[in-house]
Amino acid sequence: MSIVPALSIQGLGHRFGPRQVLKDVSFSVAPGDFTVLLGLNGAGKTTLFSVATRLYAQAEGTIRIFGMDIRHRMLECLRRMGIVFQQPTLDLDLSVEQNLFYHCALHGLSHREAAQRIAAEIDRVGLADQRREKARRLSGGQRRRVEIARALLHQPRLLLLDEPTVGLDIASRQFMLDHVRGLCREEGLAALWATHLIDEVGEGARVVVLHKGEVLADGAAVQLIGQMRAPSMRAAFETLVQEREAA
Amino acid sequence: MSPIHYLRCFGGIANREWLRFLNQRGRFFSALVRPLVWLAIFAAGFHFVLGVSIIPPYETYIPYSVYIAPGLIAMILMFNGMLSSLSMVYDREMGSMRVLMVSPLPRWFLLTAKLLAGVIVSILQAYAFLAIARIWEIEPPWYGYIAVLPALVLAALMLGALGLLLSSAIRQLENFATVMNFVIFPMFFASSALYPLWHVKEASLLLYEVCEANPFTHAVELIRFALYAQLEPTSAIVLIATTAIFLTLAVYGYDPAKGLMARRAAE
Repeated sequence: MSIVPALSIQGLGHRFGPRQVLKDVSFSVAPGDFTVLLGLNGAGKTTLFSVATRLYAQAEGTIRIFGMDIRHRMLECLRRMGIVFQQPTLDLDLSVEQNLFYHCALHGLSHREAAQRIAAEIDRVGLADQRREKARRLSGGQRRRVEIARALLHQPRLLLLDEPTVGLDIASRQFMLDHVRGLCREEGLAALWATHLIDEVGEGARVVVLHKGEVLADGAAVQLIGQMRAPSMRAAFETLVQEREAA
Repeated sequence: MSPIHYLRCFGGIANREWLRFLNQRGRFFSALVRPLVWLAIFAAGFHFVLGVSIIPPYETYIPYSVYIAPGLIAMILMFNGMLSSLSMVYDREMGSMRVLMVSPLPRWFLLTAKLLAGVIVSILQAYAFLAIARIWEIEPPWYGYIAVLPALVLAALMLGALGLLLSSAIRQLENFATVMNFVIFPMFFASSALYPLWHVKEASLLLYEVCEANPFTHAVELIRFALYAQLEPTSAIVLIATTAIFLTLAVYGYDPAKGLMARRAAE
């Protein structure tokens, strides 16, 4: 019996006026998979996330979340997705806890249920002592941790993270990576991690290379390095991009 | 999605609006001080300049300050409606709008909930103004304070929906300030807030017709009559209709497939 992918994208295209920013994009993420969507700035990663979360309208192709087409069952799909946007989205004038309660209310959780989940998630990201602090007083890394905790409060089965480590120091980046990889490994969560930082790929990860709106490669990082006969992921990526530019 | 989910979502949005309001105490004071300045200085200065004859709902000659009070209440509702929408533009620039937009409820509901949350905050400010205004002998009958509530709700909904519509069309905070100048001041001055419309009619028929067509005039008149437990049916109908139109256009404006959000993304 085949497993229904957590995320399945088929032939996705998107235009901003005459400019085609996504072209025939197809790939899928299985439950428990940590998949890196690797691409330079402007590759179309954020557009892809925006289409998948109804911030932009979908025109060409199909996106399915656990088998459900987002065009027909968008609200059901959104319930199963946790999202960390590239742009910081915390309300800086509210406390950590108030931000998290707000998210729980948007997802229809009762106050008691919300309080329990907030306590658990905030503890997991090591910010229990800061729960009553205004978000404005947190460091960039701490804010990102709160955003991860928030994305998990409604217990999604698919986590979408758009450049979640931009601007973070090495320790915070490593924490984020380890935390999300752990969630995939231990809880079977599917994660799509968009980044332009090649060293975030990791040898065991699955990688989808996106360049100028097109998928150039899709597979295990180790396999890709082997196929390209490259010494590292960075070299494999650079070769892929150069070949595409030359074509 | 069950009704309780909708209710909790609305509770969360209203609570956030309230917390933001408490965090911005300056906003509360300026919302109150602005109309009080008009009442304490402008109304006093024009006390002997502008004569107000006996016009419904008043049964006797009234001081000018009593005449402009409903207009000042409507001013509070307008500023609050616009500020609430300004916060939508701010949220969009700061990113927190995305959190609202990706929650698993229909977009029309999310926008309406946001609008209603703003209405609650507006009405609390209007009542705070009415309490302080007693110092200037703005003393409608006690039942007027109850009767005015539906009028305040309707007027705040219309003005909030207008703000929501404007926020869907505005790209940046800076542009919002420009629109505020082109919306708030013309709406306020071309209305019955500061002078009875028969005064305006004597001066200019065209301006009178503009004032009559201005939904803000109807917000002011609905509040004016409601303070004396009277219904102004034309104003009520105009407000219901304009609220429906503004809100429908705002929901359309926030639709990524059709409205201005789509055009903005394309630029």
